[in-house]
Amino acid sequence: MSATLNHIGLARDAYKGAATTLCAGCGHNSITNHLVKAMYELGVEPHLLAKMSGIGCSSKTPAYFVEQAHGFNGVHGRMPALTTGAGLANRKLVMLGVSGDGDTVSIGLGGFMHLMRRNVDCTYIIEDNGTYGLTKGQFSATADVGSVQKRGSVNTYQPIDPCAVALTLGCSFVARSFSGDGKQLVPLIKAAIAHRGTAVLDVISPCVTFNDHDGSTKSYSWVKDHDEQIQDVTFIPFFEEINVDYEPGTIKEVELHDGSHLVLKKLSEDHDPTDRIAAMRLIEEARERNQLLTGLLYIDETAQDFASRESLPERPLRDLGEADLRMSRDDFALHMSELA
Amino acid sequence: MTPGPFVNDLMFQAATVNGSGSQSANLVLTRAIFSMGIPVAPKNVFPSNIEGLPTWYQLRVSPRGYQARAGEPDVLVALNPATWTKDLAGVRPGGAVVHEEAYSTAGARQDVSYFPVPFAKLAKTRISSDSLRKQLTNMLYVGVVAGLLGIPFEAIEHGIKRTFLTKPKAWPVNVDAACVGYQYWRDNFADRRINHTLRPMTGVTDGLVLIEGNQAAALGCVMGGCTVAAWYPITPSSSLCENLIAYADRFRVDPASGEKKIAIVQAEDELAALGMAVGAGWTGARAMTSTSGPGISLMAEFSGLAYYAEVPVVIFDIQRIGPSTGLPTRTSQADLGFVYTLSHGDTKHLVLLPGTVEECYEFAQDAFDLADRFQTPVFVLSDLDLGMNLWMTPPFAYPERPFDRGKVLSADDLERLESRWGRYRDVDQDGVPYRTLPGTDHPAAGYFTRGSGHDEDARYTEEAEAYARNMDRLVRKLETARGAVPAPVVDSSAGSTIGLIAFGTTHHAVVEARDLLREQGLPVDYLRVRALPLAASIAEFVRAHERVYVIEQNRDGQMYDLLRLELAAELAGRLRSIRHYDGRPIPAESITRPLLELEEKVPVQ
Repeated sequence: MSATLNHIGLARDAYKGAATTLCAGCGHNSITNHLVKAMYELGVEPHLLAKMSGIGCSSKTPAYFVEQAHGFNGVHGRMPALTTGAGLANRKLVMLGVSGDGDTVSIGLGGFMHLMRRNVDCTYIIEDNGTYGLTKGQFSATADVGSVQKRGSVNTYQPIDPCAVALTLGCSFVARSFSGDGKQLVPLIKAAIAHRGTAVLDVISPCVTFNDHDGSTKSYSWVKDHDEQIQDVTFIPFFEEINVDYEPGTIKEVELHDGSHLVLKKLSEDHDPTDRIAAMRLIEEARERNQLLTGLLYIDETAQDFASRESLPERPLRDLGEADLRMSRDDFALHMSELA
Repeated sequence: MTPGPFVNDLMFQAATVNGSGSQSANLVLTRAIFSMGIPVAPKNVFPSNIEGLPTWYQLRVSPRGYQARAGEPDVLVALNPATWTKDLAGVRPGGAVVHEEAYSTAGARQDVSYFPVPFAKLAKTRISSDSLRKQLTNMLYVGVVAGLLGIPFEAIEHGIKRTFLTKPKAWPVNVDAACVGYQYWRDNFADRRINHTLRPMTGVTDGLVLIEGNQAAALGCVMGGCTVAAWYPITPSSSLCENLIAYADRFRVDPASGEKKIAIVQAEDELAALGMAVGAGWTGARAMTSTSGPGISLMAEFSGLAYYAEVPVVIFDIQRIGPSTGLPTRTSQADLGFVYTLSHGDTKHLVLLPGTVEECYEFAQDAFDLADRFQTPVFVLSDLDLGMNLWMTPPFAYPERPFDRGKVLSADDLERLESRWGRYRDVDQDGVPYRTLPGTDHPAAGYFTRGSGHDEDARYTEEAEAYARNMDRLVRKLETARGAVPAPVVDSSAGSTIGLIAFGTTHHAVVEARDLLREQGLPVDYLRVRALPLAASIAEFVRAHERVYVIEQNRDGQMYDLLRLELAAELAGRLRSIRHYDGRPIPAESITRPLLELEEKVPVQ
């Protein structure tokens, strides 16, 4: 039986990677599966995908999907810098960064913020479990106040909410989701990839070994009890026709850069995802209510991405040769005479 | 007392207040004298400050064209009341002192000539522009000095036009101000002679141009095909990327589309600056960053990643004095040892050591070739003296070689391969593997780059043998590179039993010191190191000499230490260390004095 092929003629297996070395039941493995599904259905060209990461459990995962793609597992907290440089050098690449909560909002907070501020064209997935897994269970900076560590200590410090930070900086795509909710996460990943600019996806991803106990606000059971979906998210790629039935007034539709569409059906909130201030209010109100709000918080399809703002050509910089890059002999001679 | 008159041989010093606009006036003087065919070597001794602290501009003029810093000034322009007493005390006996008339000379030394000028009053009465008065006051001393030293006023006009090349509007006001000073000299001092004078000459500066090392390096980046540059502002390296921006705006913009053929990013810090460059290098672009001491410290982790994951990148370190913040506006060669092994773990980098502005230009291009060829970070170790001062140089040569992009496999290459490609396999036994770039349209092209342990096929491994094999291959790669980096420049023409070894800007003091030593009956041979790892030929040079003095601008004798580590014990014992580390560029005297002492010769006074 032949496998079902996507619109560029690849089977789902083409998007798989090496076997995971993370714990059984780790939320990150679910996210990996959702990434495989999203990229398969979207028809991402494996050779154009650049998988970027920093250090930590989350940052290992790019080895576990799309084996044919190039990947770069760099240093702790610096994935944004590597991604910025790599993307500038070759605009054709699909830049996909996978990071964790420690990698993003502790050691890498500065770089994370500047990436968003520049609106570097990339998808930035935070596999957010509120804990340091590889070093055996210390709190991370996304741990909520009152959250209890496995060994019993209670976090008293304010969490840093990556989505709130992203909104403050005008990040052009901000969403939150849950590793266990593929129905919501897969279309959000597709939209993030289709978006031109920085797309931040904060995905709550329980750590089964160190942060899945009672008293944790990043456990499977807590998330299931407190998850409040803003919208029902449907992604319609550019190569498919839009064919959605809806009652007037219940749907918001966003056209993405590549001609794809996001169709958002109102669930818990009547939220306009192009309203940044409303998104910030929504996050604060959910926090007050002790809820985990998931869905597309904010999108701005009009924002110019970094490479465009820098007037870079679509042709990869790395493909330019001597004739493109060296000044002409005449210009050079003229310039030398100016120095006399 | 110094006998006179000396022709075309003097130290000029302007002592002014930072932020007063004296830099333009000093450049006008420099360019005016240079236009007379007289060799110039200017050094800006400036504070880490925007406005208010003392600053000095030292302009050395010598008939042979020495470019090293010389000792005390023969001609002083004193326009800073805060340093007036100390500045005056530093003038060489027989010197000339141009000073603000209001400064007291009562009881001052009698062995110099005083030329009091009412600068403040002249500025108030003779310069009409209120907004430019402060800046133009400095042009007044240009006129006075021109008169004193015999610089034709046409040369001053040339200096003004050259200094304000792109601002013709500034010409008349500056010429007028210089003219006021020149007239003041004529009305008051024309009949007074001093010990130093300037006369047009030929033969030494013919065809030479003036350029700063950082600008030369930026030009090298343009001609070397740099397409991604990321930097964080830091003295004294900022002007490198600022010059690159200026070049990019002029020469890298497609006039039709407005598209730029280079991305220059002012990063959020030095970690990100190198990270961006590494990301771009991984993708196949020629990428660089430039920084100085504190930035180099921050770049240690990414340097190790680029070394171990084998990513090409070029890093300019324009050295300043450390440790820590140190003296941000003073020069040094004290990053050598740190940069060579930058990062934790066993790390060794390629380090290029330009000694001239021409080498800043050439080595910048070489650095991109070497980085691509050896898939590794290449450091270019310049310094503040080289980077931020103007130097005379022959015009640079247009590059005739194509870029060396190294061992990069295209999709077609992969298709033709008979055996399986592995990212870190040493196919050619030179330690240099083949790489593919992201975006290569072939199923076998992709691999996972990582800073963690990896095997020949780039797979994660913690296996002991695989780790050791990889580390040994990296040594093989370094050995291959040892023969490919710029070779030492050797001059054994003195046929002496004594040799000198130096690198970088110490070269210019060595050139002069060798002349002085020869004149004292002690000719010495010379080897200039131009890169790390150290060339094998250095051992031959040491073997051919009984004693070899290693001269450098740091406290600990870092090059001396490296040589002692790498040379056989019997040769290491021939080395002696001479060090200069006060933050000012090394003068020849800092070589001749200790060397003659160590040779137990009494210096001739």
